[in-house]
Amino acid sequence: MATLDVQNVHTYYGNIHALRSVSLTVQDGEIVTLIGSNGAGKSTTLRTISGILQPREGRILLDGQPINRLAAHEIVERGVCQVPEGRRIFSRMTILENLEMGAFARKDRAAIQDDLARVFDLFPRLKERIGQKGGTLSGGEQQMLAIGRAMMAQPKVLLLDEPSMGLAPILVETIFQTVQEINRQGVTVLLVEQNALMALQVADRGYVLETGAIVLDDSAANLRENETVQKAYLGIE
Amino acid sequence: MSWYATAIQILLIGRANGAIIALVALGYTLVYGIIELINFAHGDVFMLGTMISLTIVTWVPSLMGLRRASQMPTELIPILLLVALLASMIGCALLNMAIERLAYRPLRRAPRLAPLISAIGVSFILVNIGLHWKGASPVDFPNMHPSVSLDIFRDVLGINTQIFFTVKDLLVMLLAVPLMLALNLFVTRTRLGKAMRATAQDREAAAMMGININQTIALTFLLGGALAGAAGLISGMYNNSAWFFQGFRGGLMAFTAAVLGGIGNIYGAFMGGLLIGVVAATSDFLLDPRWTQAVVFGMLILILVFRPTGLLGESTPERA
Repeated sequence: MATLDVQNVHTYYGNIHALRSVSLTVQDGEIVTLIGSNGAGKSTTLRTISGILQPREGRILLDGQPINRLAAHEIVERGVCQVPEGRRIFSRMTILENLEMGAFARKDRAAIQDDLARVFDLFPRLKERIGQKGGTLSGGEQQMLAIGRAMMAQPKVLLLDEPSMGLAPILVETIFQTVQEINRQGVTVLLVEQNALMALQVADRGYVLETGAIVLDDSAANLRENETVQKAYLGIE
Repeated sequence: MSWYATAIQILLIGRANGAIIALVALGYTLVYGIIELINFAHGDVFMLGTMISLTIVTWVPSLMGLRRASQMPTELIPILLLVALLASMIGCALLNMAIERLAYRPLRRAPRLAPLISAIGVSFILVNIGLHWKGASPVDFPNMHPSVSLDIFRDVLGINTQIFFTVKDLLVMLLAVPLMLALNLFVTRTRLGKAMRATAQDREAAAMMGININQTIALTFLLGGALAGAAGLISGMYNNSAWFFQGFRGGLMAFTAAVLGGIGNIYGAFMGGLLIGVVAATSDFLLDPRWTQAVVFGMLILILVFRPTGLLGESTPERA
């Protein structure tokens, strides 16, 4: 049974049909990437999974249990946490408070302290600035905070929306290494990226989304070799 | 009266009224901070707080067969005050929460004008409840004990001065300041308070972190209502009057205070309240009380024109 199973999901923004029967699965321990151009529906897919948007049709199962009718906070409680596009950290709250908000749904105080230490191991920079307001951080640090914050929810499945957006290449490298490290610690990852080259290097499998529908799915290695993918997303002629 | 005695007197009166305004302003600012709605009904929730307190303060003595609260045994007065405070706070908190549930939540995804109109509608409803309940004329809000009118300088300390500072003035601060400190502790130290701030900064990101948005918004209305209820009691006690229309003026003063401080900013509402109180008292003393509203709302216009973010308004971008 797949950890995350999205079945024929249709999502609308008002009258706009944004997702057209999207189906995808993520197995336990995998990194799966969803690539596609701007406006293809990548973020919409993640936002539908995390409960920010409600699908009009279709089902989303987590370990076989339907979650598509749950409110966003209930989905977090079940172990799916999203790192939103554009980071969206709480800029007027401190680093520590941001991380505490990540653990909002949890009651196990001792384990929260352990996870805090784990996040600081992953991102020592955050520990140095623990009392600083989130808004004073650089873009890369904010992305680290956004990922750290989501890790505080102790997710089974981590949804990452464009973690490389607006970052210098060297930071992109670091962020992707961290994603792999998090995955090695046992977290299943669904990664949405415009930087398809990087995404296909870290992912096990990938889906290609075009105007709201999945047009291609394969192993990441095969997608890297695929001519259409190379032309459209990897910039290889 | 010498000029410095006048200045001190203005500050003392302004601070007492300002504390009441600040308590109401906090309700505006909390709600605006979290759902970007000017809750026009808030001033009228404050008015009903005064009405609830007045009811308790007149009804409890009548149960004991007395005509006035001031005839009650002295040791029971603090209890009466506490009961009136709690009744008003709880009543207004529940009322404000019900308003959010019935009048604002169904419109959460509607265009912004819709909840605003809904708020004005709720305001009319509450004003008419007040009118029906206590009549059209201002009602006397009795002193709970004769000692509240004692002057601290002359009657208690025996200092000969022209400055008035009664026990009642002191009582206003003793009630208002702990409430504001408690609110501050709540939003900075507790899990739910932090969730409130997170929701105010980015509702969607807060939902992604597992914060129950509906519950957090309801909690915000609950707190705002409780503070308005406390302000209702304090205002009745301080001004010795309760009037169905007091929420309009009081609400506008508090709204001005919230805008002056930077709407959405809790410290701003507190400072703005005190400042407006002092400005109003200055105008009462040096101009004419009839000019006070014009002065205060003139200030509102000036703020909106020259510094729309208020004194402590956030100028940093929400998202980097």
